[in-house]
Amino acid sequence: MRRSRTVALTAAAAAAVLIVTGCSSGSKSSGSSSASGSAGGGGADAATKGVVNASDKKGGTVTYEMKGAPDSFDPGNTYYAYIYNFSRLYGRPLTTFAPGAGADGNKLVPDLAESLGKPSADGLTWTYKLRAGLKYDDGTPISSKDVKYAVERSNFAPDVNSNGPTYFHDFLVDNATPYQGPYKDKTGGLDSIETPDDQTIVFHLKQPFADFDYLVSAPQTVPVPQAKDDGSGYVKHVVSSGAYKFDSYDDGKQLTLVPNTNWDPATDPIRKQLADKIVVRMGMEQSTIDKDLMAGNAQVDLVGGGVDPQTQAQILQNPKLKANTDNAYGGRLVYTAINTKVAPFDNIECRKAVQYAIDKVSVQTTLGGPIRGQIANTVLPPDIAGHQDFNVWETKDNKGDLDKAKAALKACGKPDGFNTVITARTERDPEVQAATAIQAALKKININVEIQKYAQGKYFSDAAGVPQFTQDHNIGLMMMQWGADWPTGYGFLQQISDGRAIKASGNSNLAQLNDPEVNKLLDDAITNTDQSAREKIYGQIDKKIMDQAVYVPLTDFKVFLYRPDSATNLVSTSAFSGEYDYLNIGTTK
Amino acid sequence: MFAYIIRRIFAAVVLLLVVSAVTFAIFFLLPRIAGETADQLATQYVGKNPSPEAIAAVKQNLGFDQPLYTQYWNFLKGLVSGAEYKFGPDPVTCHVPCFGYSFKNHLEVWPELTKRIPITLSLAIGAAVCWLVSGVTTGVISALKPRSIFDRLAMGIALTGVSLPVFFTGALLLTLFSYQWPILDNLQYVDFTDDPLMWARNLILPWISLAFLYSALYARLTRAGMLETMSEDYIRTARAKGLVERKVVTRHGLRAALTPIVTIFGMDLGLLLGGALITEQVFSLQGVGAFAVQAIADNDLPKILGVTLLAAFFIVACNLVVDLLYALVDPRVRLS
Repeated sequence: MRRSRTVALTAAAAAAVLIVTGCSSGSKSSGSSSASGSAGGGGADAATKGVVNASDKKGGTVTYEMKGAPDSFDPGNTYYAYIYNFSRLYGRPLTTFAPGAGADGNKLVPDLAESLGKPSADGLTWTYKLRAGLKYDDGTPISSKDVKYAVERSNFAPDVNSNGPTYFHDFLVDNATPYQGPYKDKTGGLDSIETPDDQTIVFHLKQPFADFDYLVSAPQTVPVPQAKDDGSGYVKHVVSSGAYKFDSYDDGKQLTLVPNTNWDPATDPIRKQLADKIVVRMGMEQSTIDKDLMAGNAQVDLVGGGVDPQTQAQILQNPKLKANTDNAYGGRLVYTAINTKVAPFDNIECRKAVQYAIDKVSVQTTLGGPIRGQIANTVLPPDIAGHQDFNVWETKDNKGDLDKAKAALKACGKPDGFNTVITARTERDPEVQAATAIQAALKKININVEIQKYAQGKYFSDAAGVPQFTQDHNIGLMMMQWGADWPTGYGFLQQISDGRAIKASGNSNLAQLNDPEVNKLLDDAITNTDQSAREKIYGQIDKKIMDQAVYVPLTDFKVFLYRPDSATNLVSTSAFSGEYDYLNIGTTK
Repeated sequence: MFAYIIRRIFAAVVLLLVVSAVTFAIFFLLPRIAGETADQLATQYVGKNPSPEAIAAVKQNLGFDQPLYTQYWNFLKGLVSGAEYKFGPDPVTCHVPCFGYSFKNHLEVWPELTKRIPITLSLAIGAAVCWLVSGVTTGVISALKPRSIFDRLAMGIALTGVSLPVFFTGALLLTLFSYQWPILDNLQYVDFTDDPLMWARNLILPWISLAFLYSALYARLTRAGMLETMSEDYIRTARAKGLVERKVVTRHGLRAALTPIVTIFGMDLGLLLGGALITEQVFSLQGVGAFAVQAIADNDLPKILGVTLLAAFFIVACNLVVDLLYALVDPRVRLS
C-alpha cells in the first residue's frame, strides 16, 4: 500500500467539521458560484471532472508546501503516493498515468518507453523499448541498462533503499545464487532483466503477471546512472530524466527544481515545462499551508490529503471558498478487520454478528462525515476498476440491525456475548473515535470490546501486523485503512486477502484470511490477459471476501482539497489517491 | 575562578554522559524490556511489507543484533572518533562528533542538526532581547510607580501575556499580519548573513509571540524584586549620600533585583535553544524544535538521541554562564 499522510488528518477533521456544518451532507455542490478572480475556476469539484485553469502560460514559481517531510525524494526509495506523483517531474518511469480527472486518471500511457509492454505468449516475459533521443540533465544519453540498475538498487538493496515496495524482487526470476543487489554483488546484476541493446529492456517473471505495465509505472523504473549512485546520498543529487532537475536540496527543509534544458519535449507527449522554478517547502503547519493556498503564496499542498478541520469548517461556510474545492475519492477503504484466528471469530456466525451490529453512520460521523468518506459495503472502492456494487450484510440505512446480529450470535453459540479487543492507532484520533463507536454498537449485543491503542510506527511491526501478538492478546478486531499500490483490483486486494501474503511481522492481511478459492481467483486474475475478464474476477473476489465476513468496510475515504486560483492545470486523479496530478501544474503569478 | 570553571565544565560533561545513557536506555533498552525484539525494531525502518531478508539486512546495518552495551559503546566511540556506515556502494564516513545515521533518511545526524541551530539561535536570542528589554523595563517602571495607572495596565497586560499560549498568540499574529493585512506575508527564514533586514522581518512575529509570553513573567519578577530592593536600607543610604535617583535605581536597586532574573533567564534561554517546539511549528521554522518533532514522529532513534543531547548541552551551558554571571551582577557573590 502506498502510504498516505492523510489518514490522521482525515479522521481529525470530522468532529470540528460536523459541528460547524451541522452534519450537513457531503453531496456535491451545484458549482454555481465561482471563485472571485478565478480564470475558469469552474466551481466546487470541477477538478474531479476535468482540468481546471487549463493553460500553457510559462514562467513563475510553483510552490508546494507540506507538513513534515517525505520518506525520500529518491524515486527508488519511496512509498508515498504523493512522491510517486511528484517524482515524475524529475524522473520518467517506463509507463505512467496520463493526467485525467477521477477514474480517467487511471489510464496508463508509455513514458520512458515508446509503448506499453509487450508480453510473450506465456505472459512470462515483458519487453519495453525506450524512446529515441532520451537524455539526462547532464546531456548524457539514457540507456535501458540504467532502468535495469534502478530496479536492482530499489528492490535488492533493502539495507540501503528500504522505503519502497519490493514487487520486482518478488515477481522476477532470481539468479541461481540469490542476487544481493548492486552494492554487494559486483558480478553483473540480475539475470532476469536483460538489456540486449541500449533501447531495449526485457523482464523475465516467475509467473504471468497481467498488471506488469502498472508495476513499471512505479518510480522504481526511473533510470539511475550507476556511476552517479552513492546509495543513501543519491537523494541529494538525483539525476533527472524529466522536465525538471534538482537545483538544491536541504533535507527536511526545502527542495528546488529548475527546468531541465536537456529534456526534449519531442520525446515526451504528456509533460509541459511551464514554471521557471518549483519549490517544495517542508515542515509546514497544515493550517499555514491552507492559508498560503488561499492567499496564493503556495499552489499545492504536496501531501494532498486535504485541508485541516478548521479550514474545512471555514470553507464550508463560505460558498466563494467552497467553489475552489475538490472532494474526491482517495482510492482507500477505512475498515475493521476481524481476526479469523482469534476465538470466537474463527466462527463465521460471530463475524456476521459484528457485520450486522455496527452502525456505519455513527462510524462515518466520527471519521468526519460524508465529506471525508462515503459509507462502504464492498472492499474495492468505487474508483478502482473492477468495483461492483453489492451489500452482503445489509442493514436498514446502514445503521445496524440488532435482531440479525443477536441471531447470528446465537448461531455462533455465544448468545450472551463475549469479550474481545479492538486496536487503533494512537495518533489517529478519528480512528480511535471510530473504534469507540464500534465499541458502543457491539455493547448492545453484549460483545464487550476493549480498545487498545498502539503508536502508528509500531502498529504493523509490533501489534496488529504481528499475527502471534494478536492471538496472544485476544485481538479480535483491528482498525485499518488501505489504498492500492496501483489502481487495479489486484493492486488493492492481493496484500489484504491472499493467504500466502500473511507475514509474521509487518502483515497487512490482518484478518489472516487464507481461503483457497480467493487465492486461486487472485492467481487466475493476474494471469489473465483480458482486462475486462480480470475486472470481473476482482468483483468475484470482493464478493467472496465479504461472504466470509472478515472485513467490515466502513467508509470509502475522500480528500477535500483547496484549489488556488493562482495554479493552472489542476486535475484530481484517482491514480494518486485523489491528489492533483502534479505533472503540468503552472502558475499565473 | 579558573579551577571553578574547570570543575563546572567537568561536571557538565559527566551530566551530558548521564543524559546520553538515560536517553539511550529509554529508547533502546525499555523497548527490549517491554518485549520488543531486534527484528521488530528493524521492521520499523524497512518500509511496508518487508521481506525477512530486508529486516535482517537492516538489523545488521543498524547494529540492532548487537548487545545493548556494545551499541552504546559504539555510539560513544563515534562521538570522539567517528564511524563508518555501509549505505551504498562505498562506506560512508560519519565525522566526529558522530551522532550516528538517521534510521529513516540515512543522513548523518550531526550536520543535519547543526544546520538547524542558526534558526533556533536567531529565534531564541531575538526573542530573549525583546522580552528582557520590555519585561525588565516594564517591571522597573511599575515598581517605581506602584499602583499607578501604568503599573496596573502593565501588570494586566503581563497577566494576559502569561496566560496566552504561543500557539494562540502566534497563530493570531500570523492571521492578522500575514494574511488579513499582509504586511509581513510569505515568512521564510533567511540567514542573517544573506540579508539582515529580511532575517529580522521574517522573525519579528515569532519574536513578539515568544516575548509576549516571557516578558510578562520577567515584568512581574522584576517588579517584585525591585519593590523589595527599593525598600532596603542601603537604598535609603544611597539616596542619603546624594546619589541621583537614576543611579540609585540602576546601580543599586536593579542590580540586586537582577539575580533571580538572571537565573531564570539562563534556564529559559537554555530551554529555548534546545528547541522552541511550538513556536517553530506555528511559524514553520525549521529549527532544532522542528527537527525534534520530525524525529519523534519518525521514531528515528539517533535523531532523537542527538537532539536530546543538544538540548541538554544548551541547558547545562546556559546555567554555567549564569553561575559565572552571578559574580558580575551581584557583588555579594564570589566564585571559588
